[in-house]
Amino acid sequence: MGSSGNAVRSRFALPKLTLRGLALGYLTVLLVFPLGMVGYRTFEHGLDAAWNAATTPDAVHAFWLTLLMVAVAVPLNTIFGVGAALLIARREFRGKALFNAAVDIPFAVSPVVVGLALILVYGQTGWFGNDLADAGIQVIFNPLGMIIASIFISLPFVVRETVPVLREIGTEQEQAADTLGARPWQIFWRITLPAIRWGVAYGVVLTTARVLGEFGAVSVVSGKLVGKTETLPLHVQAAFEDFNLAGAYSAAFVLALMALVAVVAMQRLRTREIA
Amino acid sequence: MSILVENVSKSFGSFVALDDVSLEVPDGSLTALLGPSGSGKSTLLRVIAGLEEPDHGAVLISGEDATRLPVRRRGVGFVFQHYAAFKHMTVRDNVAFGLKVRRRQRAEISARVDELLALVHLEGFADRYPSQLSGGQRQRMALARALAVEPRVLLLDEPFGALDANVRAELRAWLRRLHDDVHVTTIFVTHDQEEAMDVAEQVVVLNHARVEQIGSPREVYERPRSEFVMRFVGPVTEIADGLVRPHDIDVRLDPGDGGLEAMIERVVHLGFEVRVELTLASDRRLWAQLTRARATELELEPGQIVWVRPDRAAPVSADANGSAARPGVGVAGELGD
Repeated sequence: MGSSGNAVRSRFALPKLTLRGLALGYLTVLLVFPLGMVGYRTFEHGLDAAWNAATTPDAVHAFWLTLLMVAVAVPLNTIFGVGAALLIARREFRGKALFNAAVDIPFAVSPVVVGLALILVYGQTGWFGNDLADAGIQVIFNPLGMIIASIFISLPFVVRETVPVLREIGTEQEQAADTLGARPWQIFWRITLPAIRWGVAYGVVLTTARVLGEFGAVSVVSGKLVGKTETLPLHVQAAFEDFNLAGAYSAAFVLALMALVAVVAMQRLRTREIA
Repeated sequence: MSILVENVSKSFGSFVALDDVSLEVPDGSLTALLGPSGSGKSTLLRVIAGLEEPDHGAVLISGEDATRLPVRRRGVGFVFQHYAAFKHMTVRDNVAFGLKVRRRQRAEISARVDELLALVHLEGFADRYPSQLSGGQRQRMALARALAVEPRVLLLDEPFGALDANVRAELRAWLRRLHDDVHVTTIFVTHDQEEAMDVAEQVVVLNHARVEQIGSPREVYERPRSEFVMRFVGPVTEIADGLVRPHDIDVRLDPGDGGLEAMIERVVHLGFEVRVELTLASDRRLWAQLTRARATELELEPGQIVWVRPDRAAPVSADANGSAARPGVGVAGELGD
């Protein structure tokens, strides 16, 4: 037993170490190193310099605008996502296959195309552009359009994370609640939602991360008006192009930090799910 | 409360699950729906519960048409084969669920749950989660949960199907005692004839989406109305173009009155029972079930020539197509008319 175990171990020891080394090396070169450089550059000239660079009025505005996008897009996509997942997993209706495929469009279409499409619909020369302008609503080159773009590109995450969980838990618990006298909304809040909560939460984290980092679609509809329609990713690029490296690095660092919070939250949810 | 099922049909696509099924379940009775898998017994139970809507026919609960009544207003307690435990709730919260959604007083709920946990012997498990219970404990929790809302009817779908043999026998006896105490009209689904005979007062035998026979366990066993019922509810053997129970075959050492000559092939001792395998002169094989005392008395040996005859008239004639095997129409037909 012992000898054969050792033999197995020694035979696999080398490939195992090599594999581990490869994986770590890959991550280091492609992720850790560049991100580490961002951190290093940010604090190169001390904490004060980093703080000053990160708290210029434009940077602060970009920070709050980014949070606003998250605050609007994530709840809306969560509500839509759970509803759509329930439709896909629990109901049969005409055009369901089409609906199911349509949910994935934001994954398939390039974000730049999404931005252009929004301009075509809501822009000055677009379908609704004039009517909306008459009503005093400006979508394009305004945070409103950026929010719509963010919602669009992050729409599938909650749906895609929730549907498999709904299928897995099946309908028996819901039927049991039904026989026990629960009304549909009681079944949803007390049985269905608690059963799918980790799936939904995982989708929320992915949605948040996506909205935080979105560049393409938001960039196209924003018009890049400094201090007005500039989110953190756009701010990073603008600062970089202005040779304001300190500003670019510090904004990038803040963005990375926010993403890190989302990733850690996701990781914690995952371990709870397994436990 | 009594339950009346009238001419219920239900199809899933091209599969016919229930074909013009009628039956009556008297108030306070304990009824088994017995049949092989695919016979429609679970669908029938789900139709009664309202979890499936019948294509045709009606379901009456204590005289009131419940066919279009939503599940939650039928007053049925349903116990699922795989328990359908609310995994994110403790045992206490599972049992309390039906009372909580009815917005009962907290103290009342607490007292009722304690009472039910005592009834199903789960007092010490109130704060556990379903994943921390054994199969039998989960099943009892599901029962307590269903009973909490004081259902007019208790429906159980293969309640012991997923349990091992020991637990199953124990729960069976327990369910019967519980029924004696609570006396709620109870219907359970099973594919195990012994379980149906053991627990139920009335057995409904289903086959191919139709009711074959309704009767007491003894009636169904001794006076089966079709070859299917005869074969499904107990052991059978064929003699002189008739199906009989092997324990109804009389084995003698003399020809007697109308005995058939047979040769013993094998004698198998199974404790109290002795199984004798025989070949008739016509080369047909059959077997007889004797008590140990009778077998010892006859000193049966392989190779020996004996005479056999059915102890009583064969209840069902063996018929290749089975159609002539049905004396009259089933109870289902009578009810429908």
